[in-house]
Amino acid sequence: MAADALVHLEHVGKTFGHFHALRDINLTIESGELVCLVGPSGCGKSTLLRIIAGLTPASHGVVRYRGSRLHGVNPHTAIVFQTFALFPWLTVLENVEVALKARGVEKARRTTRAQELVDLVGLSGFESAYPRELSGGMRQKVGFARALAVEPELLCLDEPFSALDVLSAESLRGELLELWLARAMPTRAILMVTHNIEEAVELADRIVVMAKDPGRVLGEIHVGLRHPRARKDVAFQALVDRVYAAVTGRTGSEAEVQGGAPGTGAVLRRLPDVRLIALGGLTEKIAAENGRADLPRLAQAIGADYTALAPLVEAAERLGLARLEAGDIILTPLGQEYAEASIPVRKEIIAGRLLRVPLIRWIYETLQQDDNQRVDRDYFVERLTPEFGAEAEHQLDIAVDWGRFADLFAYDHDSHELYLESD
Amino acid sequence: MRRLEFTLSLPGRPPLTWGDAVVLAAIGAALWLAARLAFHAPAVVRGPEISLAASALPWYAALSFLRMLAAYGLSLLFAVSYGLYAAHNRRAERVLLPLLDVLQSVPILSFLPVVLLSFTVILPAGVAVELASIVLIFTSQAWHLAFSTYQSARTVPRELMEAAAVFRFGGWFRFKYVELPFAALGLIWNSIMSWAGGWFFLMAAEMFTVGSRDFRLPGLGSYLQTAAHQGDTHALALGVVTLIGLIVALDQLVWRPLLAWAERFKVETVEGANSVSSWLRDLLARSLLVERFITQVWQPLMERLDRRWQDPAATVHFGETPARPSVTQRVLWGAVAVALVWGLLRLFDMLSALPPAAWVDIGRGLLATFLRVMAALLLAAAWTLPVGVAIGTRPRLAALLQPVAQVAASVPATALFPLVLLFFLRLPGGLDVSAVLLMMLGSQWYLLFNVIAGASAIPRDLHDTAALLGLTGWARWRTLYLPALFPYTVTGAITAVGGAWNASIVAEYVEFAGDTHATEGIGAVIARATEQGDFPLLAAATLVMVLTVVLTNRLFWLRLYRLAEARYRLE
Repeated sequence: MAADALVHLEHVGKTFGHFHALRDINLTIESGELVCLVGPSGCGKSTLLRIIAGLTPASHGVVRYRGSRLHGVNPHTAIVFQTFALFPWLTVLENVEVALKARGVEKARRTTRAQELVDLVGLSGFESAYPRELSGGMRQKVGFARALAVEPELLCLDEPFSALDVLSAESLRGELLELWLARAMPTRAILMVTHNIEEAVELADRIVVMAKDPGRVLGEIHVGLRHPRARKDVAFQALVDRVYAAVTGRTGSEAEVQGGAPGTGAVLRRLPDVRLIALGGLTEKIAAENGRADLPRLAQAIGADYTALAPLVEAAERLGLARLEAGDIILTPLGQEYAEASIPVRKEIIAGRLLRVPLIRWIYETLQQDDNQRVDRDYFVERLTPEFGAEAEHQLDIAVDWGRFADLFAYDHDSHELYLESD
Repeated sequence: MRRLEFTLSLPGRPPLTWGDAVVLAAIGAALWLAARLAFHAPAVVRGPEISLAASALPWYAALSFLRMLAAYGLSLLFAVSYGLYAAHNRRAERVLLPLLDVLQSVPILSFLPVVLLSFTVILPAGVAVELASIVLIFTSQAWHLAFSTYQSARTVPRELMEAAAVFRFGGWFRFKYVELPFAALGLIWNSIMSWAGGWFFLMAAEMFTVGSRDFRLPGLGSYLQTAAHQGDTHALALGVVTLIGLIVALDQLVWRPLLAWAERFKVETVEGANSVSSWLRDLLARSLLVERFITQVWQPLMERLDRRWQDPAATVHFGETPARPSVTQRVLWGAVAVALVWGLLRLFDMLSALPPAAWVDIGRGLLATFLRVMAALLLAAAWTLPVGVAIGTRPRLAALLQPVAQVAASVPATALFPLVLLFFLRLPGGLDVSAVLLMMLGSQWYLLFNVIAGASAIPRDLHDTAALLGLTGWARWRTLYLPALFPYTVTGAITAVGGAWNASIVAEYVEFAGDTHATEGIGAVIARATEQGDFPLLAAATLVMVLTVVLTNRLFWLRLYRLAEARYRLE
């Protein structure tokens, strides 16, 4: 263990029932570092941040802070939340002050300090405003001021810019970086969760890449670029591509892509929450680029960031329409065919491929074996709960949506039954 | 800091404002009134006979108000602790919530003998009766306040709780800065409802007969009841007017300012369009005296409390792993369980001694009351649906009528009831009709407010589509209003039905102008059993009624509600 390590995780895991949110995480955060956690949604990066802050206990493994085991909320951290988590009934100044008050700082000092911080983040003039009177960017400034007020050694940022509009996010990022580089705050290290890969490359000294099902650390990428980092820079872009490649990975074998079937004991892969109708647009877009597209550029062209694109890409991968390689998405021959096909042909292609998805196949076969070819939804939820925990209902909803899209099976909302479409 | 302080010395601001004048006048008037009430009370007011003289009314009103206030304070204390405890402790939650559900459906008169007897054992008779009356009012107020607190505490957004934990809020800070503000709006709205509920049962709570003993407390409720007994319509009218005056004054001087002030606790992070306004709140906000009081007295006091109670070392755990109960907790729960089993055995003993004829009475009564409850609900729906849609779809009308309806909803139907009876008792089956009417009057408001809320939530687009399709009259009701209002109507109906069952005990058994009028019904059985001190019958009838209400809620209304939520919720 490095002498300077602030946080040290050994074999940390988190389970909710049978569901592995995190498995075997080893991670060190050293003093002076700005570390970003990136990964697809559902990989447990926010959970990991909460474990480090002590909000959630780890189910397995050891969490150390400055060498000693962490119990309960970590007193040396503060969090800036995605949804700001400001107290709506307190003014800007009171929101900052209350953090100091909770630590027993006496009135005169805490008011002065809070005022300084409000000035620091550029909100002077808005002290007596209530959060609802502010824009998203201004609210998050209050979130930063409140977190800085308690002078945390480790500042945890949970997707702090993702609820903001593009311009506010950019300016707030710049301000944070300025404070951090000038060492204008007593904070020793920053841990930030983000799904925005460009953002991570712009800010981080080190990027920790995570994957899902189960949530785990895939690897780390050191960012050696000097500040200020220009996004148009070749080295910057190369690094963005590298992180994309690491996050999206490389399409593996059929068995790896599809995972196991319910009840077999094998690890199930969750269905990405996406409407299959969007696959048409995606394949057409890639086909227009001669069947191979750079993911960051594709995301930009669609006008979405990677979070919005990732589930769709995963669906294309699961249905054999595309594969991933080195941060690029490449159409398979089937994907090529799909891009050019008419709507009925597309449905047929999807129907054929859906039966290779273990979860869908299992539902389909269960329905086939039933005398009336109708089965209550609870039957499925019950069997999926050990696999997916609280997400079972949601997974079934996605499966139903996919099955409907391909006319494989349908759902009767009134009787809560899934049934086979008889033709 | 500069910014906060210079409001005190704004140049050109008058030394005293209108707000200050009002505050000073109010303090003076309150002192004068208190002194007068305390030192000049006429002898008749001390009872035991209730005087119907108009001059006694202010004292009676003041006494009833104080009784309501005490009961309400008790309710609030109970509700906040009960609600928060249930929300924090998963194990306790499993017992406390169903218990609340049951308590809510116990008619208030059924509490009377238990409460009264236990108080008379330990306290002098005068004090015991006074306390019993307060506890009775409490039972008509406390339960939904507790539900409201529990629900607010459970719906605090996760990140807000996490922020509280990360910034090291101890229990006191979490209560003061998170849970209480979050619950405030719900608590205020439910408090208004609670006071309405209290007024509804005030007459029953101030004057009652248990067995051979006759209890009466000086107050507005017993004034009204005495006037009704003697058939004195003049006094009755005077009493009702006094009561309405009190309710309007409370609305203007307490609830509206509170609601306007509590706007800040709205959680929606965008500025809302419809807000409550209050002239008094505006006046007070401009008062220097009030500001002085806040900065010189209130804030230093809170500062000291915060210093004493906030414990930054306290780590707050929430969510996943409930703490194992300690030994004392186990012993406590064990004792509760033993007491429960013993109580059940005693109850069983008592019930088995009841003659079969009594059970037949109860069964027939249950059926009769059930039919009456349904009739009351249908009648209420028949007028609230069209009126609610008319109000809810016209924002201008809503702004005008909503405050009026809120005050009207607080006027207890029980106070008007004797006047209604005057007319109906002359007709054949008059009490039957008037009982349904009272049950409707007591429960219609829940329905009306929910229908208004539902109608105002229908999106403009749907109205336009209906108009474009040429849907008018019944067709529009069937395709648009009825489906869109269904979830709201069910929500309102659940509360309304509960209210109607409860109202049956005052609706089916009435003393008026020297005679007792009773009709068949389980409410009448309960009222008669209380009056005759027939405790086994009272227990049996109460049990049957509670079971019926809880079971129909669980088996019928909740299912209907889920269906409504799943199928007809407009998003």
